[in-house]
Amino acid sequence: MSNAPAASWRETLGEWTPRMVLAPSLIASFIYVFVFTLWTLYISLSNSTLLPTYEFVGFKHYFELWSNQRWAIAYGNLFFFSGIYVVLSLIVGLLLAIAIDQRVRFESFWRTIFLYPLAVSFVVTGTVWSWLYSPNAGIEFFVRSLGWTDFTFRLTTNRDTAIYAIIATGVWQSSGFAMALFLAGLRSVDPDIVKAAQIDGASRLRIYVKVILPSIASIFIAVTVVLLQFAIRTFDLVVALTGGGPGISTTFPAIYVYDLMFQRGQIAIGAAAAIMMLAALAVVLVPYGLWTAWRTRREAAALV
Amino acid sequence: MSNMTLSDAAHEAEFVTQARAANRRYVAGRIGIYAFLGFFALIYLLPLFVIIANSFRDLAEITHDGLIAFPRSFSLKAWPQAWAQYCVAGTCEGIHRNFYNSLIMTIPATIISTMLGAINGYVLSKWKFRGSETIFTCMMLGVFMPGQIALLPWAYILGSLHLSNSVYGLILVHCVQGLSFTTLFCRNYYVNIPDDLIKAARIDGAGFWRIFFKIIVPISPPILIVTVIWQFTGIWNEYLFGVVFTGGRQQPITSALVSLATNQMNARAFDVASCAVLIGAIPPLLIYFLGGKYFVRGLTQGAIK
Repeated sequence: MSNAPAASWRETLGEWTPRMVLAPSLIASFIYVFVFTLWTLYISLSNSTLLPTYEFVGFKHYFELWSNQRWAIAYGNLFFFSGIYVVLSLIVGLLLAIAIDQRVRFESFWRTIFLYPLAVSFVVTGTVWSWLYSPNAGIEFFVRSLGWTDFTFRLTTNRDTAIYAIIATGVWQSSGFAMALFLAGLRSVDPDIVKAAQIDGASRLRIYVKVILPSIASIFIAVTVVLLQFAIRTFDLVVALTGGGPGISTTFPAIYVYDLMFQRGQIAIGAAAAIMMLAALAVVLVPYGLWTAWRTRREAAALV
Repeated sequence: MSNMTLSDAAHEAEFVTQARAANRRYVAGRIGIYAFLGFFALIYLLPLFVIIANSFRDLAEITHDGLIAFPRSFSLKAWPQAWAQYCVAGTCEGIHRNFYNSLIMTIPATIISTMLGAINGYVLSKWKFRGSETIFTCMMLGVFMPGQIALLPWAYILGSLHLSNSVYGLILVHCVQGLSFTTLFCRNYYVNIPDDLIKAARIDGAGFWRIFFKIIVPISPPILIVTVIWQFTGIWNEYLFGVVFTGGRQQPITSALVSLATNQMNARAFDVASCAVLIGAIPPLLIYFLGGKYFVRGLTQGAIK
């Protein structure tokens, strides 16, 4: 008899323990995701400059942002960079994965080499490559010392080519990542399908193009989405590599946000730019999320 | 009879030629593959070679021969300079303080976010309640948040907690920022543990914590290693929060490296700068080379959510 209330008390406690344990993280995540976003959104609509004020001015700062030439350059750079960087990373990663998949010797040795850039920070990568691009010490200097004395390689000192230095370095950093995912995908392709195609006399190239690559199409999409996320957030790499220069030629949205918020005391416009970055991410991620959900549902339906 | 032998011989000759051709093609293909891999391996290893080699070369030699050259001298002079004497951002104490800052920031943030992630993952996979799936989805949104959205709110919160310009503030930022990832990793791992195991333990009278420590924790090492590696390298390499919320002597190593590298006065001191960059790269590189397969696993899991 005296046991009954104790048991129910313990039961209630047992039932609530999981929720109570989850609560702190849940509150923190909720604040981080929703409150922070709304907060930044509100500041972007307010009249704040150096410090937050809460006088509402509507979309004024968004108009200012979009009529600003530096933002136009940043956004243009983002599109240009993202396109070439993603495509090149996919191509290099895929070629490396296919090469490694040809039953090469020392497979883990090759994989280790191509993946190590991912362990290193963009700051380190950007710094070292900025030295390699520098004309009086890096690659140009090296090739000239080999005897080709009028060789020029000055990507980072020229406004028109600095962005290619960032692209090349970005590809260097992330193609190993694409390689790792593609390799995992190639390994998961059903060997029987490949054998059947071989028996039908299909050439190697044809087997890759017609059989293997279509069956890892979902990996292409996943890698593309991840790389696009990297691209939209690009900040450290550019800061360490070109500092946004020469001039403002390699400004990116993330750099402009930082500049407006913490160098120029224009936090409202900075917040507007940050919201635009979030919008760019949403443009990439929302369709991807919907597609993934649709696919899972279709697979579940196919199983029934 | 003689005809037969003739045609056999002809067939054999033809076969041999074909086999030789196939063999030649195979060898050529192999050479092509290794040449391709070797070429890319050279490009990939070049920066690593450059910073390692130049951290041991004389500055005079680097200036004379360039950064990409076979070392002719060996000197350890630059290391103590980079560690304790070099002038970065106004103070001449080298990079050691920033290195310690990064350690003081990264280790607690990694441990706390991993522990919370394990517990959250356990609740969200084995103690589901009404609305827990929705909660999980909301927490996952944190994975996609760009840091820029959080800068102003964090600046305000850290200010009101008196944690501005402090490594402890960065610990808090990284714990919250990392929660979604660690929860995601652990939840996806625990989902595959059979529910019957938990049910049986509950029938035997085991409670929430007992099941966690007796059943879940003992089978967790693989996912905990992945999570720790992911968090450690991510937090160590992070730059944005470090540069925004700290300055001078409080900076983590990434921010210090940027101030060092972009400092025009020091731009030519490649020997010391190489040491500093290498010091900043060593901890995550060590983890990568020691925990290789777990690192890759984390990468693939983190990517394909």
